[in-house]
Amino acid sequence: MNLLADVLVILVVLTNLRVLGLSRLSPCIRTVAFQGALLGLLPVLAHLDDMTTRLALQAAASTVIKAAIFPWLLGRALRGTGSQREEEPFVGLTASLAAGVLFLAAAQWIGSRLPHVGQGAPGHMVPTALFTMFVGLFMIVSRRLALTQVLGYLIMENGITTFGLAFAEKQPLLVELGILLDVFMAVFVMGITLFHLNREFDHLDAARMTELRD
Amino acid sequence: MTPLLVCAAVLVLSGALAAVSGRHARLVGALGAVAGALAGIPPAFLALAGRGPEPLTLAWGLPIGAFSVGLDPLSAFFLVPILALTAAAAVYGTGYLGLRGRGSWFFYNMLTASMVLVTAARDGVLFLFAWEAMSLASYFLVTFEDDQESARQAGLTYLIASHLGTAFLLIMFALLDMGWNPPRTHAAAVFLLALAGFGAKAGFIPLHVWLPDAHPAAPSHVSAVMSGVMIKTGIYGLLRVLTLLGAPPAWWGWLLIAVGSTSGVLGVLLALAQHDLKRLLAYHSVENIGIIALGIGTGLVGTASNSPTVALLGFGGALLHVLNHALFKGLLFLAAGSVLHAAGTRDMERLGGLMKRMPWTGAAFLTGAAAICGLPPLNGFVSEFLIFLGGLTAVTQGRAVCGGVVVGSLALIGGLALACFTKAFGVVFLGGPRSERPANAEEAGPAMLLSMAVLAGACLLIGLSGPFVLRWSLGAVAQASGIPARSLESVLQDALAPLMAVSACGAGLLAAIVALAALRAWLLSGREVRQALTWDCGYAAPTSRMQYTASSFAQPIVSLFAPWLRTRERADGPDGYFPSGARFSTETPDLCREGIYEPAFHWLLKGALRMRVLQHGRVQAYVLYIALTLLVLLGWRLK
Repeated sequence: MNLLADVLVILVVLTNLRVLGLSRLSPCIRTVAFQGALLGLLPVLAHLDDMTTRLALQAAASTVIKAAIFPWLLGRALRGTGSQREEEPFVGLTASLAAGVLFLAAAQWIGSRLPHVGQGAPGHMVPTALFTMFVGLFMIVSRRLALTQVLGYLIMENGITTFGLAFAEKQPLLVELGILLDVFMAVFVMGITLFHLNREFDHLDAARMTELRD
Repeated sequence: MTPLLVCAAVLVLSGALAAVSGRHARLVGALGAVAGALAGIPPAFLALAGRGPEPLTLAWGLPIGAFSVGLDPLSAFFLVPILALTAAAAVYGTGYLGLRGRGSWFFYNMLTASMVLVTAARDGVLFLFAWEAMSLASYFLVTFEDDQESARQAGLTYLIASHLGTAFLLIMFALLDMGWNPPRTHAAAVFLLALAGFGAKAGFIPLHVWLPDAHPAAPSHVSAVMSGVMIKTGIYGLLRVLTLLGAPPAWWGWLLIAVGSTSGVLGVLLALAQHDLKRLLAYHSVENIGIIALGIGTGLVGTASNSPTVALLGFGGALLHVLNHALFKGLLFLAAGSVLHAAGTRDMERLGGLMKRMPWTGAAFLTGAAAICGLPPLNGFVSEFLIFLGGLTAVTQGRAVCGGVVVGSLALIGGLALACFTKAFGVVFLGGPRSERPANAEEAGPAMLLSMAVLAGACLLIGLSGPFVLRWSLGAVAQASGIPARSLESVLQDALAPLMAVSACGAGLLAAIVALAALRAWLLSGREVRQALTWDCGYAAPTSRMQYTASSFAQPIVSLFAPWLRTRERADGPDGYFPSGARFSTETPDLCREGIYEPAFHWLLKGALRMRVLQHGRVQAYVLYIALTLLVLLGWRLK
């Protein structure tokens, strides 16, 4: 792991904080896309010396899906809706940022206590992964709009990917492709669902969908 | 093992093929069932003769358990009625269902295949897989007429009951897997769990509640299979677990005798109070399972008190009753199915006079009824006689209370069963028709009659060849009782001698019946024979409404046992000097259902509804629950 990779990891942390502080939706989507691109680059930079075709292809696929296809799908869903910003989230933006700092501290603490994980990986990979997952979960819990929740899901998935990078340098190709395919299908379905939800209800406010329970 | 695996494969493949063969489904399904029986019965007979195949273990893609199958005398003894009855009922089903219910053939053959696997499995995990497959296949058959609310309800009750039973079995297998420490408590826990888990399938009171709903809801040939052989897999499981537990303490036998006499007496009483023909038969299954439990209980007491004679008579009677009940209850359900098919109703108050329209079905029902009441020369007598003999031997060997309970409850059950089937046969087949459709009923088709004839013939054959059948099942008895076959051989004569007498008397009785029939035919030949109304009562213009109804026939006995039955009467009596109309109806609910399960499930539901505050429809909070749970787990692991 070199200096460049370290910079990328720090950038991932910063993108997380930025997403927490944003209220407009299109910059949110762009930030998550940027985070996806960073994570696509990370393994390439980490293995500049021993590059393989497999690694390159994997990085390329991950980058294309996370940085190009997802933003496009979500942007399309966004254009169909009237709402351009998260009006009144359950947790305000400033409070979200403060919570984000707390998550960062908690992630550092847990990361230092986790046994046998990420040995050989740089010390801050595991805390970053945990932090990203926390932010993703927090986004899902604290935001009203279904679209922001999809973004939260994507961020959480980015955290899992980071965790995978730290945990095992060479995880089986099949597992990685499987996860990628899963996420792709999930976002694909969510994009379509968002589109239809919006057409049916004229809003994407998940908090107002309580009448859908049985 | 190959023939048995071929049998299972034929059943599975023919079931799958039937699912896609459209209008030929019944042909494919029934041919598969018959071919499976032809492939499976010969090896089962070989295994009963002590020349069973070597157990076999095949590759299995799961981390737990093993695909390990075998065929010993105990398995083979249950396998024979399973294959024979499912084949006969499948032939019947082609006529009964006609072109309806094409989808049901898949589940029918799957049910048979899973029952074969249940008896052949030698591994706990494989057994549970087969057991679940059996429950699911039969669930889909119970809900076959899913446009009817009652069938859906019956299916739900059945599904819940069988899964609760399986839950007990899961714990039981886990305990069996854990080893033996401390041995006695451990064995007792396994025995009690087996009794609850297998008892739910077999239908011991109070675990029987699914049975009177599910059997009437299924198509009649499926009712025959479920009642005749599927519930016996519960008995098989119990016996199989007993073989694993070593020498039984006497209180196991006592417990089974208590369970058996409760199920037997209450089962037949509840049957007596029913108006629905198939529901009546379903309660008789509870009764007969009770008789089987009485036999096993007697056998266990015999084993515990080192009396091979009592053990032989008890286990032998129980096993023979398993076989016999499969035959005569199958026959009765098939005959009841023909009645339902022809008259369009199972309500006995609307039937009547069918003997004139459907003589062959009537004869089949009469044969089954005489067999289930334990009348010679039919097969029910042989097995009940053995259990009687076991009880009496126990009395003479100083176990007076145990033997007395067995003999007393068997006698009571037999008498009540006779009353019940007098009612059922008399109301349905004798007298005059009570409504429009029975008056124009048609005799069942050739496929249906053929199956009934085969089963009736088997009932008579076993009734006449009791000693032979007992000797034939000796291997299974030895295995179930845990007593070596050689020491059973030495006391076999105690059982064979009275059975020989029974067979001789039965043959004599049969000869007398044939002779009397011939005499009647000879006396009547050349004379004019007139047919007249049965229920005339001296009136000039009698109507069929003057006959005894099913409820009025049973009323004296039902009122005698009123405290246990809680029959509800709704009377709207005649009023004034010129009464215009009156109505009267009775209904006998299941006491266990109303007294135990409905309150219990009511409270369960109330508690579950309280949990609904957690389910408010906010996705965010749901994710929060998950996140908090994960965090708590993580924190717990890290501390």
